[in-house]
Amino acid sequence: MKRRKIDVRAIPAKSAGALDDRFQAATPLRSLLNKVFPDHWSFLLGEIALFSFIVLLLTGTFLTFFYEPSLQTVTYDGSYTPLRGTHMSAAYASSLDLSFDVRGGLIMRQMHHWAALTFMAAIVVHMFRIFFTGAFRKPRETNWIIGSLLFWIGFLAGFTGYSLPDDALSGTGLRIASAIMLSIPVIGSWVTTSIFDGEFPGHVIMGRFYIAHVLLIPGILLALIAVHVGLVFKQKHTQWPGPGRTEHNVVGERMFPRYAIKQGGFFMIVFGVIALMGGLFQINPIWLFGPYEAFTVSAASQPDWYVMFLDGSTRLFPAWEIRFDLFGWGDGYTIPPIFWPTVVLPGVLTMLPLAYPFIEARLTKDKKAHNLLQRPRDVPARTALGAMAIMFWLVLTLSGGNDVIADKFHISLNAMTWAGRIGLLILPPIAYYVTYRICLGLQQHDREVLAHGVETGIIKRLPDGRFIEVHQPLAPVDEHGHGELDYAGWVVPKKMNRLGALGPAIKGFFYPIEKPAEAPVSPGHPPVSPIEPARREEISK
Amino acid sequence: MTSDSPGWLGRLRRGRSGPRSRVRRRVGSVVRLTLALTLAGGVYIVFAPGLAGAKDTPQLSTAAEEGKALFNQSCITCHGPNAQGVEGRGPSLIGVGAASVEFQVGTGRMPMARQEAQAERKPPVFTDEQTRQLAQYIQELGGGPQVPSGDLRAPESDEEAIARGGNLFRINCSSCHAFGGGGGALSSGKYAPGLGEATDQQIYAAMLTGPQNMPVFGDNQLTPEQKKEIISYIQEALKQDRDPGGWGLGRFGPVTEGLAIFLVGIVALVFASLWIAGKS
Ligand code: HEC
Ligand code: HEC
Ligand code: HEM
Repeated sequence: MKRRKIDVRAIPAKSAGALDDRFQAATPLRSLLNKVFPDHWSFLLGEIALFSFIVLLLTGTFLTFFYEPSLQTVTYDGSYTPLRGTHMSAAYASSLDLSFDVRGGLIMRQMHHWAALTFMAAIVVHMFRIFFTGAFRKPRETNWIIGSLLFWIGFLAGFTGYSLPDDALSGTGLRIASAIMLSIPVIGSWVTTSIFDGEFPGHVIMGRFYIAHVLLIPGILLALIAVHVGLVFKQKHTQWPGPGRTEHNVVGERMFPRYAIKQGGFFMIVFGVIALMGGLFQINPIWLFGPYEAFTVSAASQPDWYVMFLDGSTRLFPAWEIRFDLFGWGDGYTIPPIFWPTVVLPGVLTMLPLAYPFIEARLTKDKKAHNLLQRPRDVPARTALGAMAIMFWLVLTLSGGNDVIADKFHISLNAMTWAGRIGLLILPPIAYYVTYRICLGLQQHDREVLAHGVETGIIKRLPDGRFIEVHQPLAPVDEHGHGELDYAGWVVPKKMNRLGALGPAIKGFFYPIEKPAEAPVSPGHPPVSPIEPARREEISK
Repeated sequence: MTSDSPGWLGRLRRGRSGPRSRVRRRVGSVVRLTLALTLAGGVYIVFAPGLAGAKDTPQLSTAAEEGKALFNQSCITCHGPNAQGVEGRGPSLIGVGAASVEFQVGTGRMPMARQEAQAERKPPVFTDEQTRQLAQYIQELGGGPQVPSGDLRAPESDEEAIARGGNLFRINCSSCHAFGGGGGALSSGKYAPGLGEATDQQIYAAMLTGPQNMPVFGDNQLTPEQKKEIISYIQEALKQDRDPGGWGLGRFGPVTEGLAIFLVGIVALVFASLWIAGKS
């Protein structure tokens, strides 16, 4: 029999063809792989959240192999001697075993916790970028809402996770959570007894929180993230305005291979940073906190940073108790002070951002779809509003740690509290004003450069003795030497080398990585496109 | 008492400002204490006539005599002759005991340099020997709690002593000194210091005498054995804990962890994204 020759090089094409015959995958796959993504560092912030979520799933799965969600009392006899013989819950004992007796357990615990902090931090930073660039405008309001929900669900994920080890810190947090729930008028006690199945702490809470933490919440997160990223694909990414970029195209890199390779690399960097933090920085040393008992509350008992603003609001809010007499019936009714800073405030803080895209569209009467981003300076009111919100949150968060700050910087705790109260009222408006002025100043400078050109650093002495600085105009000038460029909201070159006059800046982070190629294009007028294509055209570099 | 006197007293009270009344309370308690001591001393003298005469000019041991000399040099301006106290400067030291003096002088808190919210720990001015002499003087002057001599740790044979001490520490001490013994803020600029430098003896004395804003943990609240267990926990577990998870971030809890995620984690990742996005 004649040996059939196998053409090795034809195997991939052949098998791919065979697969396509069966699944008809080529067409959708091609459009996926050819998808174009604009390239800008700030578009990578969402990915940090996505990748740290993956790290959370991986490390969390490891932890589930050893963690025991039970409040059964056991006597510890693991290898951490200072707790040996102590009575504690099985949950706490298994967390201690994870830290001391499971190989690699401690770094996994620490990576999981650092990844959680990274996840929440990345969401917040990502949200800032979406807000300040106006990426939430039509048609992306849905993704903005999903994003905000992701924050609050991440918040719940963090809180339930923080409660699982059942050390004194997490027990204190749980106790406060139950007090917050109890403070809700009318339904408070019902909510609390249903969650704890009776009085705090009860016996079921660990099992319930465990299921919520490892199954329900990650499931919801996963689903929401899928929709979130799916929508980014469907609606295509926004892009910065600039030469050749319009509302109707996307300029960037194709999904495959460039973008995919970059993303793969970026995932490894995120993983690496989290692993480094997990290995180098100790986080949540549960063995020092000891098992939870109702009467142990350590100084410096704080929640994780993304909850700290609520701690802060509780510390700052005056102890106003509202009593209703109920016409002499029973003991009357009381709304405890904790209700306002921990239930009403977060309620407002959830609803306002959700509605923000619609509020802004209404105020600006802007019903158009936007695919081009705005530079923060070009929308001073929004940018200032954002700065104001960040300042508000910052004061609350710092006040959440005010006892530690007071102690370490030798400030009176009472002074810190009053500084927080006053700061909460006056700092946000100041932040608004200052940011507004900075935006206008930056705009003004852009306009100046558009009109007069870039400063060259060359000082010329005129025959009459005056000194002037020579400016390099960006475009042909009129008889007064003024440029004719309109303000288009684009990046305006401010340095000679950005113009090509001195040669482009050499690329590279620490050392030159590329030969200087062509200079970045200097701006002209935004091209006008009379026809409006129904779909955004994809242009890759 | 005449019917007048309550009104007179009331007027006097109202006339006094807030802080003065604290001093008054202190002086009041000093007066009461002195009275009680005198009474007790009197009763003692009645029943032990052999010691009569020792009350007014107590016979001091040589060490106490040395201590008295030191006292009259460094402490008398604030604590007064015979440690009776000076109003507005320093309280009476009658009855505070050797434990209090050893703590206050041994940690460098006394002699106090200036009036402040809280006398701070600083390098001690006196040697151990001189401290003991001062303590002996105050002890012989008015009695009071003393730190027992000998080993102040729980016996090493008792394996679970440290665990019990840890439990007692978390219940009794961590609310002010924090879970890691790093200290914490109290109200109005007062604070519980970190326990990093405290010696066995100072920890014992602190519990026994309750300096300033720290409560007294008398022997009926924490037995001497329990105190020793706490000391063993602080010295052998807390201070020997080498932070198995890496750098402990000062053991300030979630506050510094939150700081670290932004200053280290997010900063590193934003730089990484700047770098990656710049590549083409
Ligand atoms: C500048 C004034 C000043 C000087 C000098 C001073 N003290 Fe004091 N001392 C105080 C004050 C005020 C207090 C009470 C508040 C406190 O404990 O900080 C006090 C408290 C004490 C106490 C604790 C009393 C108690 O109730 O337990 C002792 C013991 C003591 N001093 C010993 C000494 C000794 C011994 C010296 C000399 C080496 C000394 N002090 C020098 C002002 C002073
Ligand atoms: C109500 C808060 C509070 C509690 C509870 C408390 N302390 Fe203190 N502790 C203080 C304060 C305030 C000081 C500082 C006193 C001073 O400066 O004179 C202090 C000082 C000390 C010092 C001296 C530290 C140094 O370096 O000079 C030691 C040791 C100490 N405490 C041990 C303990 C132990 C052990 C317990 C538990 C049994 C305890 N404390 C409970 C508030 C507290
Ligand atoms: C679990 C957390 C989150 C993950 C994993 C995630 C992931 C992503 C990714 C990968 C992108 C595409 C690239 C980018 O623009 O960054 C994106 C886009 C987007 N995200 Fe998120 N994100 C999260 C949370 C949030 C939050 C909290 C918000 C705002 C409240 C938000 C709003 C948006 C919007 C509006 C877009 C579209 C941006 C555009 O097209 O320019 N996301 N997200």
